Amino acid sequence: MTVGVSFNQLSEEEKMQHFLDRINAGEKIEPDDWMPEDYRLQLIRLISMHGISEIMGALPEKEWVPKAPSLHRKLAIMAKVQDEMGHGQLLLRVAEDLMAPLGKTRHDIMEDLFSGKLKFHNVFHMDAPTWGDAGIIAWLVDGAAIISQSMMLDSSYGPYARALKRICAEEVFHAQHGESIILAMAEGSPEQRQMLQDALNRWWESLIMFFGPKSAKETGNSNADKNIMYKIRTKTNEDLRQEFFTKYIPRIWSLGLTIPDDTIRFDEETQMWIYKDADWSKFKQIVSGNGPQSQNRLDLRRRSYKNNEWVREALAAKKAI
Amino acid sequence: MTQETLKPQEKAALIELLYQMGDDDFILSFRGSEWLGLAPHIEEDVAFSSISQDMMGHANLYYRLLEDLGEGEADRIAHLRTPDQFRNAIILEEVNGPGTYLKEPEYDWAFAVVRNYFYAVHKQIRLDSLRHSSYEPLAEAARKIMTEQYYHLMHWEVWFKQLMTSTDEAIGRMNAAVEKVWRDFGGVLTLGPSYADIVKANFIDDEAVMKKRWTNKFEAVLKEVGAAYPGEPRMERGNGRNGVHTDDLKQALSTLSEVYATNPATGW
Repeated sequence: MTVGVSFNQLSEEEKMQHFLDRINAGEKIEPDDWMPEDYRLQLIRLISMHGISEIMGALPEKEWVPKAPSLHRKLAIMAKVQDEMGHGQLLLRVAEDLMAPLGKTRHDIMEDLFSGKLKFHNVFHMDAPTWGDAGIIAWLVDGAAIISQSMMLDSSYGPYARALKRICAEEVFHAQHGESIILAMAEGSPEQRQMLQDALNRWWESLIMFFGPKSAKETGNSNADKNIMYKIRTKTNEDLRQEFFTKYIPRIWSLGLTIPDDTIRFDEETQMWIYKDADWSKFKQIVSGNGPQSQNRLDLRRRSYKNNEWVREALAAKKAI
Repeated sequence: MTQETLKPQEKAALIELLYQMGDDDFILSFRGSEWLGLAPHIEEDVAFSSISQDMMGHANLYYRLLEDLGEGEADRIAHLRTPDQFRNAIILEEVNGPGTYLKEPEYDWAFAVVRNYFYAVHKQIRLDSLRHSSYEPLAEAARKIMTEQYYHLMHWEVWFKQLMTSTDEAIGRMNAAVEKVWRDFGGVLTLGPSYADIVKANFIDDEAVMKKRWTNKFEAVLKEVGAAYPGEPRMERGNGRNGVHTDDLKQALSTLSEVYATNPATGW
């Protein structure tokens, strides 16, 4: 932009070009900067989904907070779910700033969640019936989250990149907490090992699904490609899934656990993992609110929102003293 | 006093006191953790879960002191005692409302605020006294706990005063919760059957003195928010310090020990 020419006098095309030049130069976009409407909408979609997933993600682990099998584990899982809730809050604040010019608030986010318009991550629709599941969630689901979030640490949107920096630092502790649960069980009694293997079997397909389908073809959705263009993200879903395999498959095997996919192997020629793909129609069903726990967990949120309506009203009212 | 210089009668009294305080924090922390994801807003979910975590840490500190006194491993203390061996006050074990923490919870935020605030005030008074406890390890634990307790008390005080002075509906619900908690809060304010030995050894101040501090505070607070002072806090359902409890404690303990009890001998 030429110095002295007001930015507002530029045409839409010039503004767009200026915007693209900035993100291509690695500059960060801030909430009050000009941004294309499409970029704003992509960010709102991504960040509100991420934020609400953190919040819904506390629910499967909530079951295991009181049941955690020692004082040490109780304290650790309490710290973890508290972090997740904190991440949700941080991300919703980022989303709220982006939504403000559209006249929308957190209330809209919650309403969209309840109506099913705002989706949350596939993994948080699933059952977590044993302590083994609590371990697998913390180790592998959080491990997968670290991989997908780390790629956005350099996101073109400044507030998101900064929030992720803190989130990723905490997620590392979560994965370590998970690994420690897993190690204790893997080295424990035959019942504990079986509980762990069963949990891995339950979670494997969800972990494949975690990163999303390979390309736009499977879902008819090109949000990932668009986000790469906007430098919100830098890698494809498949890149991330392969990274996850490379990091975790050797660790899973070294614990003597079996991955419930007998075709899985590393192909030296292509330097890629060959694996059995997930059932993506099932994925669509799950994230549309038809997973085994989708409605139960939404019900917890809906119910508390309704039960606490009087509290929100009381907080909004003028103080009498 | 240290572990080595305690006389048998003093040691028995100290153990009673530690069970009371450890169990109070343990059980109320559990009730707090049941609220996770159900609080009135996300900021409160973050704050409340942090408080519950702190309180579990405080219970752990007391249980470690018991471990040092030969009561067995802290994990066994927390997970393997029967309900009649627990020494927490009855009001702290009461369920948060109808339903369970996983299914159809109809939890009452007014009850949560009132119970936690009343308890936080008492805990502060207790800790102020314990700082000068004759048992040095306990005084040290109290000083540690106080740094966190300061924020808990502030948190619940803000909620209490705000809800007691806002909409008619909030005031009505809060007053009902005050009435409910008052009926059993006397159970928190007592040191139980070993009271005389506990006080004689200077582990903590006389229960009558601490109770007076609590009632003085609430006469002032209730006046400030325009509510009537309901008189002496009562103990209608019995004294938890004697091992008297309700089915709510039984249910809580079976949840808390569900996994540990399957195999206490193994590592988890």
